[in-house]
Amino acid sequence: MDVHALQQIVHGTRDARRKQTLPKFSPADRDQLIHKYHPDYRERAYRPIRFGPNGGDKTVVELASLLEGDSSIADEFDLTADYTTDVLVVGGGGAGCAAALHAHTSGAKVILATKLRLGDSNSVMAQGGMQISVAPGDSPVTHFVDTLKGGHMQNDHQLLKVMVEEGPSIAKWLLSLGVLFDRDGDGNLHVKKGGGSSKPRLLTCSDYTGLEIMRVLKDEVLNQNIQLLEFCAAVELTSDEKGNCTGAIFKDLDNHRHVVVAAKSVILATGGIGRLHIQGFPTSNHYGATGDGLCLAYRLGAKLTQIDTFQYHPSGAVYPEQLIGALVTEGIRSEGGHLVNAKGERFVNELDTRDVVSSSIIRECEEGRGIRTMSGRVGVWLDTPLLDAEHGPGTLEKHFPAMMLQFDRFGIDISKDPVLIYPTLHYQNGGVKIDTNSETNVHNLFVAGEASGGLHGRNRLMGNSLLDLMVFGKRSGLTAAVRAAAMPQGKLTVGHLKGFRAEAKKHGSSNGIVSPMILPAYTRKES
Amino acid sequence: MAQEDTNIIDQPEVIRHKMVTVEIAGKKYEVPEGITIIKALWYSGQEVVRGAGCLGGFCGACAAYYRTKDDPKVRTCLACQMAVQDGMSITMMPPFPARKATYDIQTLKDPKQDLFNLYPEAPLCRNCNACTEACPQKIDVREGVWKAVFGDFKSVSEMFMDCVMCGMCTPVCIADIAPNLVALYVSRAQGAHFTEKPLGLDARIKEIQDGRFDDEWATILKMSEKELADHCATVK
Repeated sequence: MDVHALQQIVHGTRDARRKQTLPKFSPADRDQLIHKYHPDYRERAYRPIRFGPNGGDKTVVELASLLEGDSSIADEFDLTADYTTDVLVVGGGGAGCAAALHAHTSGAKVILATKLRLGDSNSVMAQGGMQISVAPGDSPVTHFVDTLKGGHMQNDHQLLKVMVEEGPSIAKWLLSLGVLFDRDGDGNLHVKKGGGSSKPRLLTCSDYTGLEIMRVLKDEVLNQNIQLLEFCAAVELTSDEKGNCTGAIFKDLDNHRHVVVAAKSVILATGGIGRLHIQGFPTSNHYGATGDGLCLAYRLGAKLTQIDTFQYHPSGAVYPEQLIGALVTEGIRSEGGHLVNAKGERFVNELDTRDVVSSSIIRECEEGRGIRTMSGRVGVWLDTPLLDAEHGPGTLEKHFPAMMLQFDRFGIDISKDPVLIYPTLHYQNGGVKIDTNSETNVHNLFVAGEASGGLHGRNRLMGNSLLDLMVFGKRSGLTAAVRAAAMPQGKLTVGHLKGFRAEAKKHGSSNGIVSPMILPAYTRKES
Repeated sequence: MAQEDTNIIDQPEVIRHKMVTVEIAGKKYEVPEGITIIKALWYSGQEVVRGAGCLGGFCGACAAYYRTKDDPKVRTCLACQMAVQDGMSITMMPPFPARKATYDIQTLKDPKQDLFNLYPEAPLCRNCNACTEACPQKIDVREGVWKAVFGDFKSVSEMFMDCVMCGMCTPVCIADIAPNLVALYVSRAQGAHFTEKPLGLDARIKEIQDGRFDDEWATILKMSEKELADHCATVK
């Protein structure tokens, strides 16, 4: 059927749905729904990691293979340093920029290396906003409780307390750098309500929050003359005789030469894993989201946590084909957008947590109440025109310019027609285990942002990622900078590879996979 | 499954896999119609390192030029957001060596005057409008440059909120202005110097410093798992 014909049911049922209030699921119903439909509970997608710090723990097969993968660096590799620095930041997204800036401000010499350009990241795409408890009726404690609920009570309490308490000072820092957060009439920061939150707490820059923050942070990194190594992909870390981290080896993707950086501390801010397309899911993630930091840290002995849980964002575009996997911001649901099945019915409270909403969409589709596209995809409607109906014409244009433009490029006016969505692989809930200074169990190896784990429990709350990046980017940068002043540069070896390779051999893991992946293999080979 | 069959969106282009001929950097390739330019690069066997970033239309890494069949007009786009069609000619934009001024945004004394020290070329706009035509985000770039020069920093910051810093406005400028960089400076100055300080934020920071939430924290952090879960369930 023509897409417009199928959309009629959404238009036809809008007024009736507006009068409806859908209760949130009870904790028991929630658990049941998630266990039955959430991709985290598909047993056959998982297997135990055979060896290493998390030997025996289960994760998705795609990640397990990479964690067990071999290094491209040989034991006898020439480790003469091309650069020497106090703090080496790997990754140019939000956490990387924040870490570099804070380390630099504390007087450390900083190098920031990234395999794409500075700023090419998931951070730049964050549309929903940044949770910080600034409103009078809100508090860091309430932020803590909401996040804990969203994370199924599995969040690391220390990490979480640090994040929510430092939130307001992060907002102040960003404002001082010139970030233009949306304001109320009285000049105070405007807050929106996010899914899974009991209070309005999202700071936004229309639907360009991540872009605005990243424009400013990138500019600041350049203004501070922080040394950059762009198009340099980290392929291995170095360690001294005690196993402490002492630097990293990169591959320059332009000239294919290796670059060795000696550093007193290394901060991995390498982001997530969306481009592994686990369980065949499309992804909202950027080109380089291949979990490189997890592999590097794991080979050096860093323990991972909660790497069996991933976030599937409820609203990835399914139609048109060109936008598959791209995100339709949660802000649309925050402002009242309904999810509607093929029968014109709502089926979930749209402001429930992401895992609950995603599971319910998968349920609708598996039980035959989805809308299918001829390329074999399936989805449900997100009633975007409802926002203009509810809050007046022009609401979408004003609050969601990015979304309007993205669909407009393909001739779709989302203020007139609903969009078809299905969950898309969005976020790695777990990652490398860190302490409150963002340090791993490997001395002088820090991990900040999505690559780290523990903070978000088993489901990250909307708007907590941008704050995570800023808080733990800052803490890792400050800690590394202070430490650098009082320590000598350690020796550069790849001694840890010997042990790792011996373990691999013992466990019969000669799968031939070399990790990290660096970039996904999308290039079509000769057929 | 009869019910499902009525819920299928027609997409003949997907079914038929119609192939089209496009020219990428001067060479012709057959690619499926309707895929994005970035996907066409992959499909035609090219390794993409430079020229792809967020793949979501936000990072500006994939700035590209294209021309449709028989049309002399060369247009700009973000390659991850543009579908290919038959007869299209495409080339990716190379990195352009625009000059970025460096400044300490927080210690600027007179940001509106400083604009002319940092970007002395900004007032030299000759009104050709090429920057506006080059913007894949549909920003009225030329107007923005003039507003910056006349000190209307607020309008510039609003107009350029959509700017993905792809830089396509820069190579076309006959006055060697980098409008995106000018606008970034202006927007940051607007935020850091000409925007009200949110009093509520300072109040909250002080509350945290003064330990206003310490008792609540002590209660929460002492709770057993069960107590905490019960407490969380009461917060709606």
